[in-house]
Amino acid sequence: MLGRGANGVYWMSRYLERAENTARLIDVGFHLALTRGSRQSQDEEWKSVLTTTGQLEAYCETHSEFTGPQVFNFLLREKDNPGSVLAMVENARTNARVVRTSLTNAVWETTNEGWMNLRELLARPVRETSLGEVLREIRRTGTLVRGALEGTMLRNEVFNFSRIGTFIERADNTARILDVKYYVLLPSAAWVGSSLDNVQWDTLLRSVAGNRAYSWLNAGSMDPRGIAKFLILDGQFPRSLVFCFDKIRSNMAGLAKEYGVEVPAHELLRDAGARLHQTSIEEIFETGLHEFLQDFIGKTIEISSAIAADYRFSE
Amino acid sequence: MATAGSKNFDEMLNADGSVRPAYEEFRQWFDGQDTTWLRRQDAEAERFFRRIGITFNVYGDDAGEERLIPFDMIPRIITAREWRKLTRGIEQRVRAINAFLQDLYHRQEIIRSGRLPIEALRNNEAFLSQMIGFTPPGGVYTHIVGIDLVRTGPDDFMVLEDNARTPSGVSYMLENRETMMAMFPELFTKVPVRPVSDYPRRLARSLRACAPAAYKGGKRPVVAVLTPGIYNSAYFEHAFLADQMGAELVEGSDLRVMDGRVCMRTTTGYKAIDVIYRRVDDDYLDPLTFNPNSVLGVAGIFDVYRSGGVTIANAPGTGIADDKAIYSYMPEIVEFYTGEKPILQNVPTWRCSEADSLGYVLDNLADLVVKEVHGSGGYGMLIGPTSSKKEIAEFEQKLRAKPGNYIAQPTLSLSTVPIFTKEGLAPRHVDLRPFVLVSPDGIDITPGGLTRVALKKGSLVVNSSQGGGTKDSWVLDE
Repeated sequence: MLGRGANGVYWMSRYLERAENTARLIDVGFHLALTRGSRQSQDEEWKSVLTTTGQLEAYCETHSEFTGPQVFNFLLREKDNPGSVLAMVENARTNARVVRTSLTNAVWETTNEGWMNLRELLARPVRETSLGEVLREIRRTGTLVRGALEGTMLRNEVFNFSRIGTFIERADNTARILDVKYYVLLPSAAWVGSSLDNVQWDTLLRSVAGNRAYSWLNAGSMDPRGIAKFLILDGQFPRSLVFCFDKIRSNMAGLAKEYGVEVPAHELLRDAGARLHQTSIEEIFETGLHEFLQDFIGKTIEISSAIAADYRFSE
Repeated sequence: MATAGSKNFDEMLNADGSVRPAYEEFRQWFDGQDTTWLRRQDAEAERFFRRIGITFNVYGDDAGEERLIPFDMIPRIITAREWRKLTRGIEQRVRAINAFLQDLYHRQEIIRSGRLPIEALRNNEAFLSQMIGFTPPGGVYTHIVGIDLVRTGPDDFMVLEDNARTPSGVSYMLENRETMMAMFPELFTKVPVRPVSDYPRRLARSLRACAPAAYKGGKRPVVAVLTPGIYNSAYFEHAFLADQMGAELVEGSDLRVMDGRVCMRTTTGYKAIDVIYRRVDDDYLDPLTFNPNSVLGVAGIFDVYRSGGVTIANAPGTGIADDKAIYSYMPEIVEFYTGEKPILQNVPTWRCSEADSLGYVLDNLADLVVKEVHGSGGYGMLIGPTSSKKEIAEFEQKLRAKPGNYIAQPTLSLSTVPIFTKEGLAPRHVDLRPFVLVSPDGIDITPGGLTRVALKKGSLVVNSSQGGGTKDSWVLDE
C-alpha cells in the first residue's frame, strides 16, 4: 500500500482513540468536580484534566478560569483549539477520506456518520445537562469504528497499521494519565487509608475504563501498588502498557510477515517490549514511577517515529 | 428557434397529456404509490448520500464545506430505439475526435485541406506543442469522453459540448442507480432497465488495454488514479473509481520518476505504475514541462511519457478537441475523418471572432447565449432571455473588448423531464452526459449516463455549481 495510505489509517485510528480518551477524561473530571467540595479543588481537577491532554498551556492563553463548562467546551469543541474532540474526529474522518479506497464501506460509513452526529451535537456550547449524551456519542463512535474494523477488514497491512495507531495512542494515553497522577500512588504515611486516596484511585481507574476490571481481579480491595501493577503490567487489561505493547508487536509482526522483511522499528520494539515484560512493579517503584513513565513515553514516541520513517509515511 | 419557456419537448407527456411509451411502465408504477411514502423515501435519499459521503466541494466556499448534488428520484427514460441512434452518433463523433487529435499533432491534414483555419490553433492554450509528433500508447488520445447532449424534439439530440479532457460525473451515474435500486427495488422488476454497474470494470479493462511500451506483460498493468487531493471538488469520484477498479489512488506527492518510470511510494519502497488515469489538468501534470508552480503533478513525468514509460489517460493536449472555438468546426471535422455526415447535430454557433457573426450577435444579444471560449462550469456566460438590460449592456462591453473570446448560440428549447416536488410532478430542463470509453479494442458506451436537471422552474442552467441536480438515467432494454 501507499506510504501515505499507511499514514492515513494509522492517524485515523490514533485520532479516534485520542478523542475517546479525552471524552473519558472529561467524564472523570466532571464526576470528580461534582464530588469535590471547594471551588479550589474543583479547579485543580480540571487543571489536571487539561495537563493530561497536554492542553493546559493552550487553555491558559485564552482563559483565566477553570469552571467545568469552560474547560469541557474547550476540550470538546472550541473553534480555536486544534486539539478539541471535534477537531480530532474531523481529523480522523479526513484521514479516512484520504484512505477511502483502503477501507470497507462499513468502516468509512461509521467514521463518517460519527463525525456527522458529533458535528451536530457540538454545533452549540455543551451544557452540564447534555454533557453525558455528548460523551456517550464520542465513545460510541470509537466503539462502532473499532467494531467495523474488526468485523469487516481483511487482516492485512491496512488493518495492522490501523491497530498500531490505536495501541500507540492508547499506550501513550495510559502512561500520561498515570504520570499526571503518579503521586497518588506513592507511599505517603499521612494519606494512606484516607477516603481521599480511595477517590483518587478510583478516578485513576475510571479514566482508563478500568475500575470494574480492577475490582473483578482484586475482589474490590484497593492498594496503590496493585493499581500501578494493573495499569502497567496486566496482560489481560486492554489499556495496560504491556497489553498495548503486545498488540503493537503482534501487528508489527503481521507487517514483517506480509512484507517478508523486518525494519529497524521491529528491533526497537522488541527491546522495549522485552524490558517491559521483564520488569516487576517493585523494580518500577524502586527506580521511581515517574522516571519509569517518562522513559516509557519517550520510548513510545521513538517507536512511532521509527514506524513512520521505516514504512515511508511521508517523503 | 424557440426560446425558453415556450413549447418545450416534454419527454414524459405528449401534447395531449397522455404518457409517451418510454414512461408508460414507470408512470403506472408511480401512480400506484402512496405519496406520503414517496416523500419519505425522497428525504431518505439525502441522508443516504450524506452517509456514504457523495459530496462535492464548492470553490470559494468555507474551506472543507461539502455539499450534496441534489438528487431527484424521477428517472429520465430513454427507449432502446432512441439509444441506438444516439450511440451511433456518439461513436462517430468520438472516433472523429481521436482521429482529429492524431492529425493535429502530426501532419495537420485538416488544416492543409483548408477545412480548419490555422487561426483555430494559433494562440490556443489547449494545443500542446509538446505533443507534436508523439503518438500515445495504442493510438488512443481520449480514453474517457463525456459528450453533453441536449434534446429539443422527439428525434433531435444535439451535442452541446465534447468533454475530452477529464470529464466528471460518472460516479453520480453509478450512485444514482444504486440509490434508486435501494429505494425502489420492485420498480426494477417491472421496468427492464439496462445496467450501468460494470462501468468501473470496463474502465479498468479499457485503461489496461492501453499499457505503455515499458509494460512487458506478465502481471496485469498497474493502474493508478491521480487526484489533486481531498479538497478537489470531485475527490469523492476519484476515490470511488479507484476503489471500484481496484486501482491505487495517488497524489503527486506519492510519485517520483525513477529509472525512466513513474513510481509510487509504497510502504516497502517505490513501485512502477503503467497507466495513470489522471484527474489533474494538463497544466499541473509536470512542473518541469508545464506550470512550474504545480505541486499536484510529477516532475519529469512528461519525459517518461514521451519515451513510452507510462500511459497518461486522457493524453495531454486533448483539450484542443473540446475547445469551444473548435466546437463550431465539429461538423466539418466529423465529415473530414469519417467521410460520413454527422449523425448528431451541433448547436448552431456564431464565432464572435468573425466580423459578420459578431455584428449579428451584438444585434441579438437578448435572444442568445454567449459563452467564453475557454470557460466551463456555466460561469462567465450570458443567457440573453433571462438577463436584465443592465447585465446585457455590461456583457456587451466585454464582448466588444475581446470578441475572439466568445461564441454565441441560440437559446435552445431544451426538453423537460418531470421532477418530484411538494406539489407533485413538475417539468424541468435536462441535459445528458453519456460516458464513452476508448481503447484499441474499440469504443464502449455505457447505456445511459448522467442526466443533469435545472431544479429551478424555467431555468436552463443544469450545472451542479449553480443549483442543478441529477437524475438516474435509464435506457430501456429491447
